[in-house]
Amino acid sequence: MTRDTMRRGISAVFVAACGAAVLVALVPLAFILVFLIKQGVQALNMDLFTHMPKPAGEPGGGMRNAFVGTLILTGLASLFAVPIGVLSGVYMSEYRGTRLAVAVRFAADTLNGVPSIVIGIFAYGIAVLPFRHFSALAGGIALGIMMIPIVARTTEELLLLVPETMREGALALGATRARAVFSVIVPAALPGIVTGVVLALARIAGETAPLLFTSFNNQFFSTNLRQPIASTTVQIFNYATSAFDDWHRQAWAAALVLVMFVFVCSLAARFVTARVQRLRG
Amino acid sequence: MRRELGFRVGIGAFAVLLLILVAAIGVELTRQSLLSIKEFGFRFWLTSTWDPVAGEFGALPFIWGTLYSSILALVISTPIALGIAVFISELCPARLRGPLTFLTELLAAIPSIVYGLWGIFVLAPAVRALETSTPEALRALPLFSGPPLGNGMLAAGLILAVMVIPFTSSVAREVLKTVPPAQREAAYALGATRFEAIRAAMFFARTGIIGAVMLGFGRALGETMAVTMVIGNNPQVSLSLFAPQYTMAAVIANEFTEATGDLYLHALTEIGLVLFIITLVVNTASRGLIWAMGRPARSRKPVVVAEAAA
Amino acid sequence: MMAVTMVKPPTPSATSEHQSARTAVGPVKIDVQSLNFYYGAKRALEDISLHIYPNIVTAFIGPSGCGKSTFIRTLNRMNDVIPGTRVEGKVLIEDADIYASGLDVVKLRRRVGMVFQKSNPFPKSIFENVAYGLRINRMAKSRSELAGRVEESLKQAALWTEVKDRLQESALALSGGQQQRLCIARALAIEPDILLMDEPASALDPIATQRIEELVYNLKRLYTVIIVTHNMQQAARVSDYTAFFWLGKLVEYDRTDKIFTAPSEKLTEDYITGRFG
Repeated sequence: MTRDTMRRGISAVFVAACGAAVLVALVPLAFILVFLIKQGVQALNMDLFTHMPKPAGEPGGGMRNAFVGTLILTGLASLFAVPIGVLSGVYMSEYRGTRLAVAVRFAADTLNGVPSIVIGIFAYGIAVLPFRHFSALAGGIALGIMMIPIVARTTEELLLLVPETMREGALALGATRARAVFSVIVPAALPGIVTGVVLALARIAGETAPLLFTSFNNQFFSTNLRQPIASTTVQIFNYATSAFDDWHRQAWAAALVLVMFVFVCSLAARFVTARVQRLRG
Repeated sequence: MRRELGFRVGIGAFAVLLLILVAAIGVELTRQSLLSIKEFGFRFWLTSTWDPVAGEFGALPFIWGTLYSSILALVISTPIALGIAVFISELCPARLRGPLTFLTELLAAIPSIVYGLWGIFVLAPAVRALETSTPEALRALPLFSGPPLGNGMLAAGLILAVMVIPFTSSVAREVLKTVPPAQREAAYALGATRFEAIRAAMFFARTGIIGAVMLGFGRALGETMAVTMVIGNNPQVSLSLFAPQYTMAAVIANEFTEATGDLYLHALTEIGLVLFIITLVVNTASRGLIWAMGRPARSRKPVVVAEAAA
Repeated sequence: MMAVTMVKPPTPSATSEHQSARTAVGPVKIDVQSLNFYYGAKRALEDISLHIYPNIVTAFIGPSGCGKSTFIRTLNRMNDVIPGTRVEGKVLIEDADIYASGLDVVKLRRRVGMVFQKSNPFPKSIFENVAYGLRINRMAKSRSELAGRVEESLKQAALWTEVKDRLQESALALSGGQQQRLCIARALAIEPDILLMDEPASALDPIATQRIEELVYNLKRLYTVIIVTHNMQQAARVSDYTAFFWLGKLVEYDRTDKIFTAPSEKLTEDYITGRFG
């Protein structure tokens, strides 16, 4: 075998290996989705959304309190994470080179990498310990802390993409810097910022660890922010690790709902980004 | 000018909150683990007895379990993730690029709990079947010793690998994008095969690729739910892939709400503190590597969005 | 605001009538005294002194990099947004130095409007684009007054008839030439005294360019217009006075007909006859 043939052979093997890698990665994805759909669809019915959980061992019931709980928790989280995240992003893009901006960017990236369970411990320390009980508020705080850096960094990156001429146009008409930023630059980047928020929401809606000892769980239906609250993810965890088949099936159904929600958010985000690209030309 | 100062301070206040938050986490974790630090000192990390009833807390099994599972995940996932990154960015036809990227993003977006669910009901039984079928000869090795339960280090390593793959591959893809086309063109002009040209590009991007791999490692270190559902949750230090073990994140998740007494709670928090520090170091180092690599030619595409989607 | 009836600019071979119309100048509108401009350590404008007269069109011409864009941007302090820039000398607009400390830049920019080389409409509706300046400067007390002013500006910019039925549509849907006229309407809406135009037609096709030139020629009745252009024929067509810049220095500044028929400096003559640039 000549050297050249061997080189070509190696190259072909390499290319094939890369293709194989893709297939190997897609296999678990396919498996998970197939199982999710197969198992989840069986138990997916309106009862899941309208009924409360039955006592342990009894078949039937639903996860109404858990779904509502997730909505409340993500809503709480967005309430403070979106303003803090967006405004931090504005600062990081407007005052790009300053030491504060560099430090904040580092902090945001660090926060992004902190394991969610650690954030749970932090939220426990500041929102559960002082009041001596678990609460939805604490869970919302934990999720919000995770949301902030995602929103901040995507806002920053998107604001930087707005052409400088837009700012100059606003300034030339006598706008102050603040006016130019909030009435022209941020609106121009708005579709992308909203997309970033939606993606961040999808991410935190699927979080379990930080809720385990902040919002904890609640077998009853509750919207009281100062009481523990059920959540889809914690409920799935409890059901999955239980001994009851019926609960296992409900866990699959809830997981299917969760994944569909994330799927829809990702699709929507892609759709919006593509549409914005087309408008920009 | 005064107007501008007001704007700057107003917005800056929100930005500063981020800094305060990170510092606060460090401070609060330390504060909440003081009892344990004072009581055990460095012994904490060298003892392997974890007996809450007797008040003995040794965290060695958790560090062991975390490192073992994460390194195992790294070994399995890195070649696959890099293969995917190379395939999508260099080899696949343009039409496939979008859908494949979307599929990897989807893999990254699946919540940890769903992976855990799949792990309990699908992966663990499959691993048990695999373990039961290991030939006797291999069973003698410490790596494959012990009863084949399914739930154990191998299952944890596998599930972590699956979760880390899309993450590492998307960051690696971004890194590869910053390699100037001239690098590959030079290789091709000298008669390189595809493999050789890509190898040249990857060599150019080696710092960034190492950074991407390390970011994946950092992710594996902190992963909680999927791991705790398949690893068996047994605080023992064992070389065996079959043995049920425990990780730092998993023990916190399982025992935090059951913790009786302040010392127990502080011991768990101390584990959380060390996890925080380790992930901080790994992530900062990996970001440093990626940044250092991208310096000459920064691409506009946000690396963070790729991570955020993961 | 008066409506402007469109008149075609005269061809460069001027009759004496046109000549006298073109030389009618009043008191000095802008007095630039020994202006030096620096990007960091690099000096981009060297010792520029000239007078701009009211209600005429003044053109700045010169090869790329000669500083004409930098200079026009010093007149509304637009260069302030670039970090590291420094100005020495004085720019007096009606006897007030705009670089004096404590000067309200926001008020300055209301009086000195700007149109950019590449049209930059905001991603809002056509109406909202023109209304933007009016809103932030609080120049309309009621919605009907706002609508009236928007209509006037669009008429002045010769765009009204084309967009009057689709004011709520996105400005980005307009053609390049229409977008540029929209930007002109937007600038005119806040009733500036002076209008700065940095190569307003360079990104447009010949027909759109012609319409912009007509517009510029007609605007001088109400405004003092300064236009930067790399197209000499354009300068000759629309302007009354022309300044020729080269390598950051002002080489020659005189009435347009004189510059283009009998320039005093050899450098000017070389540029105009196409020997360089």
